[in-house]
Amino acid sequence: MLDLIASHWNYLIVVVLMLIGLYIVMSRQNLVKKLVGLSIFQTALFLFYITLGRIDGGTAPIINPDVDYVYSNPLPHVLILTAIVVGVATTALGLALTLRINDAFGSIEEDEILAAKAEDGLIEEKKS
Amino acid sequence: MIMTNIPGLIVVVPLLSAVIVALMPSGGVAWVLTLLATIATFALTVINATTGDGATVSYALGGWPPPWGIEFISDGASRLMALIISFLSVASTLYANVLIKKEIHEKDQARVYGAWLLTIGGLLGLVMTGDAFNLFVFLEISSLASVTLVAMGAGVDRRALIAGYNYLVIGAIGATFYVIGVGFCYAVTGTLNMADLAVRLPGATAAPVFVGLAFMVAGIMVKAAAFPVHMWLPAAYGYAPSAVSSLLAAIATKASIYVLARVVFTIFGGLPDVTDLLLNWVILPLSVMAMFAGTILAIYEHDLKKLLAQSSIAQIGYITLAFAIGTTSSISAGFIHMANHAMIKGGLFMAVGALMVTIGKRVTMSSIEGLGRAMPWTCSAMLVCGLSLIGLPLTAGFISKIYLVLATLDAGMNVITGLILLSSALSVLYLWKIVEVMWMRPYKGKALAENILIYGPLWLVAIANIVFGIYAKPIVDLADAAARAITGGAL
Amino acid sequence: MMALMSIDTALKIGILAPLITAILVPFFAVRINYRDALGPIGGVITFIAALHVAQDVLQGGAPSWTLITISDGLSLTFKVTPLGAVFGLVASGLWILAALYTTGYMRGNHEHHQTRFAICYAVAVHAAMAIAWSGNLMVLFFFYEILTFSTYPLVTHKESQEAIRAGRLYMSILVGTSVVLLLPAIIWVWLSAGTLDFTPGGILSGRLSYEAAPILLALFAFGVGKAALMPIHRWLPAAMVAPTPVSALLHAVAVVKAGVFTILTVVVYIFGFDFLSMSGASVWLAWLAGFTILASSVVAIAKDDLKARLAYSTISQLSYIVLGAALATAAAIEGATLHIVMHASAKITLFFCAGAIYVNAHIKNISELDGLGPRMPLVFIAFFLGALSIIGIPPLGGSWSKFMLMAGAVDAGMPLMLAVLAVSSLLNVYYLLEPVTRGFFKPVNRDIHVSNHTLTILPPVITALISIALFFTVDWLTPFTTLMVTP
Repeated sequence: MLDLIASHWNYLIVVVLMLIGLYIVMSRQNLVKKLVGLSIFQTALFLFYITLGRIDGGTAPIINPDVDYVYSNPLPHVLILTAIVVGVATTALGLALTLRINDAFGSIEEDEILAAKAEDGLIEEKKS
Repeated sequence: MIMTNIPGLIVVVPLLSAVIVALMPSGGVAWVLTLLATIATFALTVINATTGDGATVSYALGGWPPPWGIEFISDGASRLMALIISFLSVASTLYANVLIKKEIHEKDQARVYGAWLLTIGGLLGLVMTGDAFNLFVFLEISSLASVTLVAMGAGVDRRALIAGYNYLVIGAIGATFYVIGVGFCYAVTGTLNMADLAVRLPGATAAPVFVGLAFMVAGIMVKAAAFPVHMWLPAAYGYAPSAVSSLLAAIATKASIYVLARVVFTIFGGLPDVTDLLLNWVILPLSVMAMFAGTILAIYEHDLKKLLAQSSIAQIGYITLAFAIGTTSSISAGFIHMANHAMIKGGLFMAVGALMVTIGKRVTMSSIEGLGRAMPWTCSAMLVCGLSLIGLPLTAGFISKIYLVLATLDAGMNVITGLILLSSALSVLYLWKIVEVMWMRPYKGKALAENILIYGPLWLVAIANIVFGIYAKPIVDLADAAARAITGGAL
Repeated sequence: MMALMSIDTALKIGILAPLITAILVPFFAVRINYRDALGPIGGVITFIAALHVAQDVLQGGAPSWTLITISDGLSLTFKVTPLGAVFGLVASGLWILAALYTTGYMRGNHEHHQTRFAICYAVAVHAAMAIAWSGNLMVLFFFYEILTFSTYPLVTHKESQEAIRAGRLYMSILVGTSVVLLLPAIIWVWLSAGTLDFTPGGILSGRLSYEAAPILLALFAFGVGKAALMPIHRWLPAAMVAPTPVSALLHAVAVVKAGVFTILTVVVYIFGFDFLSMSGASVWLAWLAGFTILASSVVAIAKDDLKARLAYSTISQLSYIVLGAALATAAAIEGATLHIVMHASAKITLFFCAGAIYVNAHIKNISELDGLGPRMPLVFIAFFLGALSIIGIPPLGGSWSKFMLMAGAVDAGMPLMLAVLAVSSLLNVYYLLEPVTRGFFKPVNRDIHVSNHTLTILPPVITALISIALFFTVDWLTPFTTLMVTP
């Protein structure tokens, strides 16, 4: 049992980070903090992939034609670059929305927003 | 050269157009370009579906051969889904012009159309791709773009911002779950290509495969608004701009359910014991609950957009139920209902949007009193789509109902058949409430003018409902091909 | 008989003419005389087409028309069976008179929304014709549903609270039963027999076990809510809130007859009545029908509102037909089919009279009819004749159908049903003749002003005379019924 934990310590860290991230999303009322939690959750995912790619005794995956190395897997790194971009876009969009929510409701705490009276949506006259 | 690159072009055209459209100076020009782009895409999907002999076509992006390169698959299933998405996007774009002008500031309109095209392009990429990670990329493209679209409803009702935020957070969690699942599959097989995964997964270590499937399905269910992770949908569709609701309701969740089918039947097609467990013990019961929860919540809902969203939950339940039963005929029934429900719900949301923009306030049970007489064209089109929803014979909704019931009875599941019919009978209740209020109560407001630019596309969709209710053969054939493609391992 | 059109054309005209009428009506909305002429004209055309089709069926033909193939195994096919020919004649023929009566009633009562009414009326008749001439169960189901939805605006015509509530009950019972019971029954048949086509002798014998047959029959019996078998009958009295022309044509002729037509068709052309009698699958239905006959008659006695009493009488008479179907012998089936015709003409007479009394004297309750007879002689005599037909006394047509039903009961080995039919006749005497006796033999107890709208008085007289004529011309109908029961 201890052996199992010791040999898979990297995955355990990933799991712990994921759960921290999810917990923050669910438990925090502040909209920015939720996004922080989402970021942590996504970061845990990144670590998961990267740690998958690590080969025992492997080195950085840059080909050196002279020496016969064992290389770590480059593919997860590529995948995670994509995922990081997606994560950045998500966070940026989330923060933009938070700003607009602050303008519209005057607060970024979820309970205060819910308490704010939601008026019947009236369509204002649009200036073309 | 165009012909060989069609699978790629189907995705590239909307994506490129999105950039061009977003830079346009005015909303009107942006709309025209959007319409052209969607029509071009629709033409491409039609060519894609009608040429060739029905065999699966693999299209390697950038010339890199699979399984190392990313490939687009054009098989029966993706052809049908691409057709549905592009057809509904044309109809929604036609309808969107007047409504976007009324609900969104002039300065934002071009960029809204940009996000519109990004959503469509992302969804098309989602259904065309043959690579599991690439699917995530397109999933996020379409999700982030649709979050933007939903949040633009803040011009009318600030609650759209919260709906958008929740949609974003919940959707991102779902997508991340999906990627975790893909990670597990990658860890034990070393590949991300769907066809290759299908070959390698049966031989791989059992536990990660199981966990991978679980994460992937859990993530997809969030995106597809399957019960019980559907909470984001009523608010998102309820407060989004009307044109956006009709677009998203018609195609966004359908694409995610299609992904579910791809994952379960194609990628994990070689592991029937594992997938059967998932389908029979998780998705089937949840689908049945969705059918009833959605219908019953719709009966008690006063706000019409939210009512339609709840009804969508129930309809999504029918589709996931069809997939969960797992026989070729039930999967085909699921595809039939995907196509028909896109027309039904797209039409209904279009109608509610038209009402909202004409009466100038949110459409609720009290604000539609007597509207049947004040806005006859719009309300009668809404009635046609509503009758299709409850499955009156000679409408598209009846066709999907009958094929679904036949498939369930064929699989020997008599109780499930009874539940399907029971919830279908219950759905008459909320439709009839709307009918009564619209036509049986006196109209007390001022005279209303109906805009043909709005009810024109709406009637197009309503007539499509009747046409495909009478001449159902094209859709049924396409759905059969899709079912065979997705299960036959014909990737 | 001179042939005015080819059989194929006649088939298409019979189904489409009412629909075309419905489409033309809105264009004449302002010129009300033209608008109101469209109904009778459409009825005449449809009836002539129905006559052609019926003649062809008598000569052994089975005219058919496939409109479109919806998908594999599912096509909109129309094919006329002898039973369908009879129903088509009834629906189209009585539409002519009902359309004339409607004009008189609606104008006399100053009803609103007459155009919408006329459109829905024509669509409902179209649905009834399509049901009559449907070639398979799926087509029948299609138009059965369309009939329900097209009659909703007619039932809720007055748009009062009571009408809306009645409409809700109407829809929930009819749509609920058809979706939850009838549709699965149809699909069960498809899965067992591989086809849904109406075939003489039935398609289920040998393909359905004797244990399953009663269950499938129950799904049909309760799924066809329009046949108003207890306890699915509640919608019928509620629907009486509609104007009388609606009650007259639809709820005495088209809607309810579509219901019992469906049950008869299923018994004769899907189950095959030989299969039913051998398996004994319908014995329980005979008992339930018998119960409905008596129970609804008892309730009818307690009703003072004339239309309500007629509604419960209709429920009772419909179960006569269901009983005939359930007894599953040749004589019983023939009697049931004849009863479709006899009851239609008799009941429409009674409803026409009830409406005439309402329009001309503004009276709804039987207790207020005292002494009205001499002031409205034609109406009361027509009512008397219609009542005699329902009671089953010669020389009215209803006596033939009742006689054959009794013969059928003996053949089926259920002589107790004779007692049921006899008791029912006695009850009919009491509750149907009461209005007549009050009208002629009681002194006037109130001051009544009686107007004279001809178009409300002429149709019931005509249909009463038809009921007498049917007694003498029953030989025109028996060839059809013989064709139904001979293999």
